[in-house]
Amino acid sequence: MRVSFIVGLLMSLWTSQVFGVEPPPLSASDLPGDDGKAVLLLWPRMPYEASQVFYVVQGAEEPEGPFEEVTRFPSTSRYRTERRAPFWTWRKGKDEHFFVVRTIGGTPLESSREYYFRLGVDLGEGPSFGSAVSALPKPNWFDFKKLNNFIFMVLFAGVVLWFIGRARKKELFLRRIPGLDAIEEAIGRATEMGRPIYYLTGRLGMSSVSTIAATIILRDIAKRAAGYDAQLKVPHTDPVVMAVCREVVKGAYLEAGRPDAYKEEINFYVTDDQFSYTMAVDGMMVRERPAAVFLMGYYYAESLLLAEVGASVGAIQIAGTDAEHQLPFFVTACDYTLMGEELYAASAYLSKEPALIGTLRAQDVGKAFLTTFLVLGAIAYTLGVWAGIEHKMEYFLDILRDFP
Amino acid sequence: MSPELLGAWVAAGLTLAIFSFLYRDNPFFKFGEHLYIGISVGYSLTLLIFNFMIPKWWTPLFREGRMSLLVPTVLGLLIWTRFFPRFSWLSRWAFAFIVGFGAGITIPRMISNFIFRQVESTAVPLVSRGPGGVSFGWEDLSNFLIAFGVLSVLTYFFFSVEHKGPIRPLARAGVLFLMVSFGASFGYTVMARVSLLFGRMYDLVEYSSRGYGYATLILLGIMVAVFSAQALSKRREGE
Repeated sequence: MRVSFIVGLLMSLWTSQVFGVEPPPLSASDLPGDDGKAVLLLWPRMPYEASQVFYVVQGAEEPEGPFEEVTRFPSTSRYRTERRAPFWTWRKGKDEHFFVVRTIGGTPLESSREYYFRLGVDLGEGPSFGSAVSALPKPNWFDFKKLNNFIFMVLFAGVVLWFIGRARKKELFLRRIPGLDAIEEAIGRATEMGRPIYYLTGRLGMSSVSTIAATIILRDIAKRAAGYDAQLKVPHTDPVVMAVCREVVKGAYLEAGRPDAYKEEINFYVTDDQFSYTMAVDGMMVRERPAAVFLMGYYYAESLLLAEVGASVGAIQIAGTDAEHQLPFFVTACDYTLMGEELYAASAYLSKEPALIGTLRAQDVGKAFLTTFLVLGAIAYTLGVWAGIEHKMEYFLDILRDFP
Repeated sequence: MSPELLGAWVAAGLTLAIFSFLYRDNPFFKFGEHLYIGISVGYSLTLLIFNFMIPKWWTPLFREGRMSLLVPTVLGLLIWTRFFPRFSWLSRWAFAFIVGFGAGITIPRMISNFIFRQVESTAVPLVSRGPGGVSFGWEDLSNFLIAFGVLSVLTYFFFSVEHKGPIRPLARAGVLFLMVSFGASFGYTVMARVSLLFGRMYDLVEYSSRGYGYATLILLGIMVAVFSAQALSKRREGE
């Protein structure tokens, strides 16, 4: 190891003494697919490269300088192949080096401003620089690295629309979710005991899918509660969600033929602070001892605090969340838990809305596609390792890979 | 009384008031609960006014004349039309914007984080190549478990087919993987919560020292006395 290092160093020094070190030709251009605050530098691989030979990149705001060092690295690194980029935007290989400049002297680059760069080669006696080149970073409308994300979204949207169309024409099968059977039982129990039903929609706003699902399930529960003349209470942490839920509950009471039983106070605002909301709901549960508690939507650390108090007052608890970190607490403290996508499935099952059923069926198609891709990817990668060509499998896996 | 001493008494008193919920619902807890809600609403409102409304809306719009901010202003005002039933339909424009904007921001991020990154971590080789050739080691076993776990959990979440026949054992395996993961997550979080409890306990112990006027002990004594008096009066009422 040490011998090869010394030999390499001597070879590099000899080459530089005999032939002179000519820095490689540098090309600078705007980095495509960004916010216009980076420049891409490229230069070809040179014969004198060795681990003890360094490339030095300098940058300046004016053509005459002053140039400041941007980076310095061994000449055997930063080949094109080392950059994480998809095959449709970036050619991999070891014939060129690259460097992405984002700052000069600690100052971030500004878009639409010209910058100057020069490349030096350092054999241990100080770098010798080539001539300076310029680049003008500009913002781009589209990041082609994320083309796969866009195509996946468009294709999936197409599948969703197609299944929604099919769901409108004929009934699509959805398997029954066990937790849903308990809803009727919970509402019936609350009616018999003369105690209230608590329905919580989670901690997120209306832009969250889980909150939307929670409001859809609320419609079904409010309709049943209106039918049984049970007392429903929906404490809120988000005013927009409260406004939407008021409409939902009002509509449900109308559908049940009980508009007279509807009260605006069914939905009420508590606070948007996480733990004061939790404490308030806990306090109300202890005082009013609800017979049924529904915890639908997205939850954070308050999940166990709510579910544990609900269990302590003897309520039937049905939870549904896509917050995977909170699922263990609901599984532990609730009678039934709708896990992750089961929450969306429940909303589709209860509402019988073609849009929701079609979306759910499309999600199943998406899952089938991903399952197939995962199996094929794992097999291809394994065979690639077996044959010693695993790097070629990267092209296949790039199709469903995230490129930040 | 120094501000530090006063702070210690308030902190000890409110901590004990909230912990008293473990005994039962009581006036100390109700006081703490209402104080907490009131402060949080007041604090959020102040934060909203001074950190958002004034620097991001009032100053740019009315002092700097940035007319583009009229768009969010109008959308925000449309939400208020809910108070007037005749015009409440206008609020749907604002809600449509909120939901549409949220979906537009969220969907590409969801695809990146919840699909592409998961696929990348799962579609991995199930054997390794070392100096001695191809082998199957512990890391490969781990990769296999990850891949099998993901596939079986995905199978559990298929809603278009009944969990019968060959799907059933795979879906059951998916539930097992989920429960193992929930158990690990539960244990981890409980440990974190216990460490939070330690933090409060350390404070209570510190505030029970002479330097803080035995705040914890005196306040705890008052609470115990009140609870005892309550219990006695209830027993007499019962008799």
